[in-house]
Amino acid sequence: MPTLLQQVSESILAPGGLVLDDLESLVGELSVGDVDFADLFFERAEAETYSLEDGEVKDASYHRDAGVGVRACSGDKQGFAYSSEITAARIREARDVAIAIQDGRGTRGGVNLDQVSTPKLYVAKNPIPEKSATDKIAFLLDIDAKARAKSPHVQQVQATLSISYREILIAATDGTLGADIRPLVRLSVSVLAENNGRRERGSAGLGGRYDLDRLLTVEHADRLVTEAVDQALVNLESVDCPAGEMPVVLASGWPGVLLHEAVGHGLEGDFNRKGSSFYSGKIGQQVASKGVTVVDDGTISDRRGSLNIDDEGHVSQRNVLIEDGILVGYMQDKLNARLMGVAATGNGRRESYAHLPMPRMTNTFMEPGEATQEDMIQSVDRGIFAVNFGGGQVDITSGQFVFAASEAYLIENGKVTAPVKGATLIGHGPQVMSAISMIGDDLALDPGIGVCGKNGQSVPVGVGQPSLKIDRLTVGGTA
Amino acid sequence: MSAKFNPQQEKNRLEELTTRILEQSKRVGADACEVAASASVGLDVQARLGQPEKLEMTRDQSLSITVFLGESRGSASTTDLSDEALHSTLEAALAIAKVTAPDPAAVLASHDQIIQSVPNLELDHPWDIDAKQALELAIEVESFGRQADSRITNSEGGSVSSTRGISVHGSTEGLLVSQPTSIHGMSCVLLAEDGESRERSYAYTQSRHPDQLWSAELVGREAAEKTVARLNPRKCQTAEVPVLFIPETASGLLSSFVSAISGGSLYRKSSYLLDRLGTDVFPSWVSLAENPLIPGAMGSSAYDSDGLPTRQQAFVTDGVLSSYVLSLYSANRLGLQSTHNAGGVRNLFFKGEKDFKTLVSEMGRGLIVTELMGQGVNLVNGDYSRGASGFWVENGEIAYPVHEVTVASNLDRMLKQDLVAVGSDIDLRRSIATGSMLFEKMMVAGS
Repeated sequence: MPTLLQQVSESILAPGGLVLDDLESLVGELSVGDVDFADLFFERAEAETYSLEDGEVKDASYHRDAGVGVRACSGDKQGFAYSSEITAARIREARDVAIAIQDGRGTRGGVNLDQVSTPKLYVAKNPIPEKSATDKIAFLLDIDAKARAKSPHVQQVQATLSISYREILIAATDGTLGADIRPLVRLSVSVLAENNGRRERGSAGLGGRYDLDRLLTVEHADRLVTEAVDQALVNLESVDCPAGEMPVVLASGWPGVLLHEAVGHGLEGDFNRKGSSFYSGKIGQQVASKGVTVVDDGTISDRRGSLNIDDEGHVSQRNVLIEDGILVGYMQDKLNARLMGVAATGNGRRESYAHLPMPRMTNTFMEPGEATQEDMIQSVDRGIFAVNFGGGQVDITSGQFVFAASEAYLIENGKVTAPVKGATLIGHGPQVMSAISMIGDDLALDPGIGVCGKNGQSVPVGVGQPSLKIDRLTVGGTA
Repeated sequence: MSAKFNPQQEKNRLEELTTRILEQSKRVGADACEVAASASVGLDVQARLGQPEKLEMTRDQSLSITVFLGESRGSASTTDLSDEALHSTLEAALAIAKVTAPDPAAVLASHDQIIQSVPNLELDHPWDIDAKQALELAIEVESFGRQADSRITNSEGGSVSSTRGISVHGSTEGLLVSQPTSIHGMSCVLLAEDGESRERSYAYTQSRHPDQLWSAELVGREAAEKTVARLNPRKCQTAEVPVLFIPETASGLLSSFVSAISGGSLYRKSSYLLDRLGTDVFPSWVSLAENPLIPGAMGSSAYDSDGLPTRQQAFVTDGVLSSYVLSLYSANRLGLQSTHNAGGVRNLFFKGEKDFKTLVSEMGRGLIVTELMGQGVNLVNGDYSRGASGFWVENGEIAYPVHEVTVASNLDRMLKQDLVAVGSDIDLRRSIATGSMLFEKMMVAGS
């Protein structure tokens, strides 16, 4: 049985006539002049997507991609080039571009690569060939039937099965030699319901780094159909959302997108090294209510945001960002950690070999407290109970962030009443984090659907939180 | 660096691959086949605080194949253009076509529909700039910005990019066309500080022709002005007030409108403009047309992604929705004719008579939206709610910067009833371009 490193290097390097032993000299050739760190990032990826619409799977696609990214760092400068041909000649061409970021010439000699010992947080296999196309299609057809059976108001059902598989191999001048195999699967359902001429959408999804046997279950199909149809039906009854500042109770799980925007991005090392984040220089200061502990954890088994090693070959970690309201740490990649004189935290991530790594989140969540969701709702005279969200966005310099509720209800006199139309919520990161007055005992992670964008690069992430009561948040309704 | 991309050579290479795959597809049993291939080479540099920070050379290529077996189809794509990879990509597409359900709406453009000869729209202009010169220019952009105002205290850098590429499109119906394109740009992101207040903003220029880029000084200065203007913002009171979107934010409204009249949203019944052809969707003084054939423009293309010739045409005439935006596929789904818009609209411009200052003074009191955050547009019912920042206007003049507010309404109501005027200040950096748009009222949620 070959090791993971042997398997990955054979698969990625052999087609271009390279072997694992070639990497020491190829990386060594980057160790020149004023280059103080350099790496090669190899990748081979496959993805398959099946889409159901109009009760049929008429559309499916397959994509394959492979290549190598070559990076040289000198101080805070980075030179980078990549190639979709993995050969020694192309790597050397890319090297010549990358090292042009600095003027030094002398070579500094050999690099000894040492294999990173890699945890096994998820199954190291390709989910794509695991099931036949016919089985995958049959599963989606079943979702369609279930959704239509659920309510006569359901007019359209769309379901998508996305399966991706990635092999990565990293060799760096600091001696890092790492490999990983990353499966990623996701199932999503969107329905359109119509009643008395009014149309509304509901959607749900789930996934993670696991195989298709675990993804394509009857229980998952039922859950997604129920969530999507219920959400659409609720939205058919929704009334105009109020506008202005009011208390907001957030449900557990996916609403943790709050933390991703209000806290997460602002604590990424690159922004803090440059002093461009609202949180820059605030380590040790109170930035959230007491009791608020926020963690970024790439080590949770099978989660969408988890990584055995990050894209720089650093083993994933559990990093506490805010502890009992006090800012205690940033998320770092190797470049920013080195420039700030701190340790890397396993947060160096990149969309692909054709992109430069940056500090990015993995699974970001808040530790639970002791309150119940019921208590939170009872404590509100007039406010919003937000159950489900679309995406969010943050301006890390001013601290201003938004996230958009896709399923929400009015709270009137301590009781959940009418559903309200989707609305954007806006606030200021540290102010909102300090307005958290109750933390639930019901921590939940999201179902495995998150995608985070930064500087044009997308990576899969997770979020999570217990139910939260925020005393004051601006709700962007129309009423 | 421009010298390293030879459009003619790349065109020949990709056309040769495309032709070969189309021939192979018949041999492996496909009834029809379509291939789209592209290749590009680019330079992307960044400088920060007066020093080079990033030098990146981009070189991308990809090829996608769609095969038809009867009325079923399958698609596969690859970035590896070796013979072996292309062959297995074709096999993958074929394997998918064997299992997918028939889709009678999915057909290739027939020989008499496809474009006969491709006019030269002058979309490819090399920029004779090497990495060193690009880095110097990036430093220059940033330094103009940093020197413009003492409250500019930090920077995320100046950047310069230049990309040239070519796309080739072929089908077994006899289509084989290509278009070379270039995009060059310069941008600057600055941070300003005043007491406790910290803000960031940016400016950019982008064009197919390097000579049409703004000067480094203009980009740097605009970035500085925009950033400093945001300092010490307030949150305005929650109220229904007039709202003025500047061109950069207004173009998103127009893009949402275009999505809502596009075939994909219509056949999925996911548009608030379903069944509205021939009815009022804008005030009667509004007409909207596209002109895809303007030489050198950002959105120009001689043919759409089905291979049909593009054409100048109206979508809104005197406020009435006169045409949807349809590809061959969506037209077939709706029982209509393609409007030669596969891939979207091209160079849709919306321009009025009044300048920005006049619009601000006509608004009297309300909010100018200079930046939007989050998604918050529901095309199914037109509901609109997004995070915003900008400026409060009192007595027809800008009073103070505003942040942390939302603007909410409904797109149908906004564009049909509440649109008061559009400005002459059209932003031609985009394919869907508009002047500032003034609305009679929106709900602004603040404190």
